[in-house]
Amino acid sequence: MVIIASTLGYVLSSLAFNPRSNYEGGNPPIPESTIIAKLNHLGVNPDVPIVKRYATWVGNVVTGDFGLTIGEKSVNEEFSRRIWVSLRLLLLGSVLGSVLGVALGVFSAVRQYGIGDRASSVASFVFLSMPVFLVAILLKYGAISFNQKIGTTFFYTIGESSADFSGGSLELFVNRLQHLMLPTLSITLGGIAFYSRYQRNAMLDVLGSDFIRTAKAKGLTNRQSLFRHGLRVAILPMATFFAYSFGLLVTGAPFTESIFAWNGMGQWFITAVQSNDVNSVSAVIVFSAVLVLLSGLLADITVAALDPRVRLR
Amino acid sequence: MNATTETVEKRLTRMALVRKRFARNKLAVAGLVILVAMFVLAFVGPFFGKHSWDSLDFFSLLQPPSKEHFFGTSQIGGDVYALTLRGLQKSLIIGILVAIFSTGLAAIAGGFAGFYGGKVDRSVMWIIDALLVLPSFLIIAVMSPWFRGRTWLIFVVLLAAFGWMITARIVRSATMSLRERDFVRAAIYMGIPARKIVFRHLLPNVASILIIDATLNVGGTILSETGLSYLGFGVQPPDVSLGSLIAEGTASALTYPWLFMFAGAALVLTVLAVSFVGDGLRDAFDPGSAMGKKL
Repeated sequence: MVIIASTLGYVLSSLAFNPRSNYEGGNPPIPESTIIAKLNHLGVNPDVPIVKRYATWVGNVVTGDFGLTIGEKSVNEEFSRRIWVSLRLLLLGSVLGSVLGVALGVFSAVRQYGIGDRASSVASFVFLSMPVFLVAILLKYGAISFNQKIGTTFFYTIGESSADFSGGSLELFVNRLQHLMLPTLSITLGGIAFYSRYQRNAMLDVLGSDFIRTAKAKGLTNRQSLFRHGLRVAILPMATFFAYSFGLLVTGAPFTESIFAWNGMGQWFITAVQSNDVNSVSAVIVFSAVLVLLSGLLADITVAALDPRVRLR
Repeated sequence: MNATTETVEKRLTRMALVRKRFARNKLAVAGLVILVAMFVLAFVGPFFGKHSWDSLDFFSLLQPPSKEHFFGTSQIGGDVYALTLRGLQKSLIIGILVAIFSTGLAAIAGGFAGFYGGKVDRSVMWIIDALLVLPSFLIIAVMSPWFRGRTWLIFVVLLAAFGWMITARIVRSATMSLRERDFVRAAIYMGIPARKIVFRHLLPNVASILIIDATLNVGGTILSETGLSYLGFGVQPPDVSLGSLIAEGTASALTYPWLFMFAGAALVLTVLAVSFVGDGLRDAFDPGSAMGKKL
């Protein structure tokens, strides 16, 4: 799977991009021989057959070298710098989103048609219909006007930490947290909406089933029957959704990162496409394919841990 | 003669039943009303505006909404009302086209995979699985330089190519169970070619699934289309979509909220309405199904 994704990513970007455009139109014009030398140096010269370029690229990637960016920096360095920025956002956002979403879903299933259920249903419908970038923009400007109202900068809307920051590690942590809040929130809200809808329906199906009635009949309290018996079954499909939603998150990240000016993988991808940077784009696609694969594995393990029927097989 | 009138009557009652169930669902009806209003706004609305979407009014730059410009004007004097409607048109057309294409593709792929089984089934399922795990959003973005300067229909084809897989799976499992039914067996034994069986006997029986999915696909497509356009990887200038409008408007959203507010509201309302209609259709076609309860 990773191989297919990376091949497709590399071949398509090589065919669609025109790296030469970075050097054309300069004043004074860059001599043709220099351009060709540069393109050859980067391994993106369009005159070299695509198969040959691909073979060189794969050969380097296998040995752990993703080549050079269009700015002639090492993709590996860029990669290792940005990966933690993105992962911090993605992991926190997805974990918070799924946990809170599941909790909200269970709550609204138990109190079906109550006020809380209705409110959360409407809210999640609205958030599901809202693209990530709109949520992020609204959050950003909401936070800015909030900051203006209280007079100090409580929410930071740009970057992952203040550039001119000085202070101890605790203050640094607080500062990072203030930067982290909004981007995480914009990812989390969508996650909550998504998971709570599915969890609510799964829970409702389970609540109406016979074994819950049996559990209650043999004298378990409401709470015990709900959490020991009900939730354990109802949470199973969520583990599978988690794998899929991670793929969704990977696509949500470019918006969040570019709106909040985080220098992560998603933002890198956007600038790389804009600057016809084949090697960087391929690296990001490999990264996201690996992420989806890992989350699929994680989902399988979770399902096996929760569901004895799968373990027996 | 008698038989034909009976089937006609039966069909009418089935449609009437579906319509009745749909009408009972308040959210779905509200969604339908909003959706119709959006269509009217997008296609009739431009005739009431005083400016066309590609003309610039150099005497009013960045003006708030007024009688002259219903939604205000942009940095270069474009009429935001006309631009928003133009974007809404584009987004709606793309959503509908992609939904039709991808659902059609899903019906054909799923129908044949389910009917033939064996090798055909395995290869179709392999393609589906491969496409499902690919980061389609990234792939389309990567291909965007390639359709820059070309027609936006290429964009539609790409979106459709990555949007049919889940529906195809549903259609496949539905046809697999239909295949064992007597009327399909009878058709096979009568020597009717496979193509005809799939199109005449199998797909009409999963029509309700297809209609529901096509509707829900419209919403999903609009979301991904606006997302790609927001980043500049979708509909290319000078043409506009709701996504590119929002992108342009956000630079100064705090001081000039009208630049993106209307496009944003139109986007959310449309997608919301589509999902209400889709859910309503699902409940109306198949009230007892487990799917009806989902989402």
